[in-house]
Amino acid sequence: MRISDKFDELKTKNEGALIAYVCAGDGDTTRIVHALINGGADIVELGLPFSDPIADGPTIQASIERALDAGMNPDRYFEMVKGLDVDVPLVVMTYYNLIFKRGLERFVKDCKDSGITGVIVPDLPPEESGELGRYCEGNGVDLIFLIAPTTTGDRLEDILERGTGFLYLVSRLGVTGARADIAGSTKEVLDRVKTDKPKAVGFGISSGAQAAEIIKSGAQGVIVGSAFVDIIASGQDVAGRLKALALEIKSSLG
Amino acid sequence: MNIKQKGKFGRFGGQFVPEVLMPAVKELEQGYKQFRDDPEFKQELDYYLKDFAGRPTPLYHARRLSEKYGITVYLKREDLVHGGAHKLNNTLGQALLAKYMGKCRLIAETGAGQHGTATAMAGANLGIPTEVYMGAKDIRRQRMNVYRMELMGTKVIPVTSGSQTLKDAINEALRDWVSNVEDTHYLIGSVVGPHPYPTIVRDFQSVIGNEVKHQIMEKEGRLPDSIIACTGGGSNAIGTFYPFIPDTEVKLFAVEAGGSGMESTDKAALHSASLCVGEEGVLHGARTRILQDPYGQILESHSIAAGLDYSGVGPELTYLAETGRIKPANTSDDEALAAFDELSRMEGIIPALESSHALAYLAKAAGSGELGEIVVINLSGRGDKDLETVLEKGVM
Repeated sequence: MRISDKFDELKTKNEGALIAYVCAGDGDTTRIVHALINGGADIVELGLPFSDPIADGPTIQASIERALDAGMNPDRYFEMVKGLDVDVPLVVMTYYNLIFKRGLERFVKDCKDSGITGVIVPDLPPEESGELGRYCEGNGVDLIFLIAPTTTGDRLEDILERGTGFLYLVSRLGVTGARADIAGSTKEVLDRVKTDKPKAVGFGISSGAQAAEIIKSGAQGVIVGSAFVDIIASGQDVAGRLKALALEIKSSLG
Repeated sequence: MNIKQKGKFGRFGGQFVPEVLMPAVKELEQGYKQFRDDPEFKQELDYYLKDFAGRPTPLYHARRLSEKYGITVYLKREDLVHGGAHKLNNTLGQALLAKYMGKCRLIAETGAGQHGTATAMAGANLGIPTEVYMGAKDIRRQRMNVYRMELMGTKVIPVTSGSQTLKDAINEALRDWVSNVEDTHYLIGSVVGPHPYPTIVRDFQSVIGNEVKHQIMEKEGRLPDSIIACTGGGSNAIGTFYPFIPDTEVKLFAVEAGGSGMESTDKAALHSASLCVGEEGVLHGARTRILQDPYGQILESHSIAAGLDYSGVGPELTYLAETGRIKPANTSDDEALAAFDELSRMEGIIPALESSHALAYLAKAAGSGELGEIVVINLSGRGDKDLETVLEKGVM
């Protein structure tokens, strides 16, 4: 399913999107993805683990290390995704070297063939993204860019022009990870980013109350990662608690 | 509208960094452009290099080594720079640049502790609070450097993720920078990372090669036939080579750490020879040659010299290797130890284990004639920091 179709559907229902991130290979990924979707996740962002995840904080780095230790690799990743029988858009989040090494064209084809319709590469700024962008466009896969509180001027304009699927707004400076406070900079960034494309806010969201506030501030979606990954790390009633947290957040986005 | 790709050496280099850092690397690019030729900045840096760091360093004719190998051997004595290695050339330059740019905090990563120590010196001297990320494994093998940094008021932060070495310290420093980009300068210690770092660090280290050029003309009336420098990230190598790039008659040898063998296991290479056997990829913000598995996961590297123990290499060195201007080579842990021993006994100079790799290439290649008649070896640092490691190996 294309991301834009999902956002269109949510718009008619007047709902904000819950975009859930987990790292593939950390725990029983198939079961985890279904639990998230059963809880109401609208889009699933499935991390493909890389050895040196510089944009991630300790929680997700630990998840990535567990996934690598458990033997996750790009071949298994696409195989696993192919076997997921889901009707929400799937997005791969990974670092550029894994894409580069596989070959840009092959990577995007693998995405398309396995049912992935979006790609997020946190260490690939628009300046370096031309070639990957062309393959994505040719294969009907969205290339999703991040916008930081520090992204301004010409660079912001360029990202708004290039970005497809949705725009991934980073709510504050820093790496991924759950935080109690969502900086006031979120609203400021949302106001500053003027576009018709859907805006989703990520980095630091862990509760329904925070998520509701972000939707109220003008976002079309929230991205939640570390809060889900914490549950996976605990190993306790993982599927049940993932579904419950997804439900809590999703119910606040209506 | 199309914003441009910047800082490429051929197809290598670039700015592969998280979006939050893009404004910071651009600000640094701008700041460097503004101050690099500013007379006041240059004068102040010259003052620090001369009166604080102790430049120029001698170009020393190693008579006994020359006799043994039958060629004229000069050692560029970067081991005599304040702090015991070439690293201060760069940290003084960048710390001063940070000050001119109005940054009030320095962070750095360190492998052997040499760059951390040099950053601590520059930070203390210029009065800028400094924090250094260091792999927990490196902290254990370089305790004295940790103590030195702490003496100079620097906070040393242990990194316990991943392989607990330089690569992980860089990851952690990048994360810090992502969070504190507004008031913090990330002082990268080698010619790696996103543009403009490879250029900035090269320029600040080029003082080595510029001095060599002047000194060898004074002593020999001509340029050397070859120059040898050890290469991890490659800052001392490119700093020595750079002024000689147009002089194509001068052969330039970049000697990497051959470690305990040129093979790799599933997760780790037994060496740190990215130029020699690495494959093209993207690491720490730059496209270059790196040690990686068939999927693109970064392999841990190995060397007896912590300062060479890195899974990548500066993008400009990769470019120069690709174009044939520099020649990548490697020497093993054992060859470096033998060279360490030899220089100590024959010249009364205890070299850093990093520099010992360059010295070992002299022993390896002198007989073949490929070095010519006059060779300059960059003695990038002194070996006092390595005594414990060498003792363990039972050389002495």
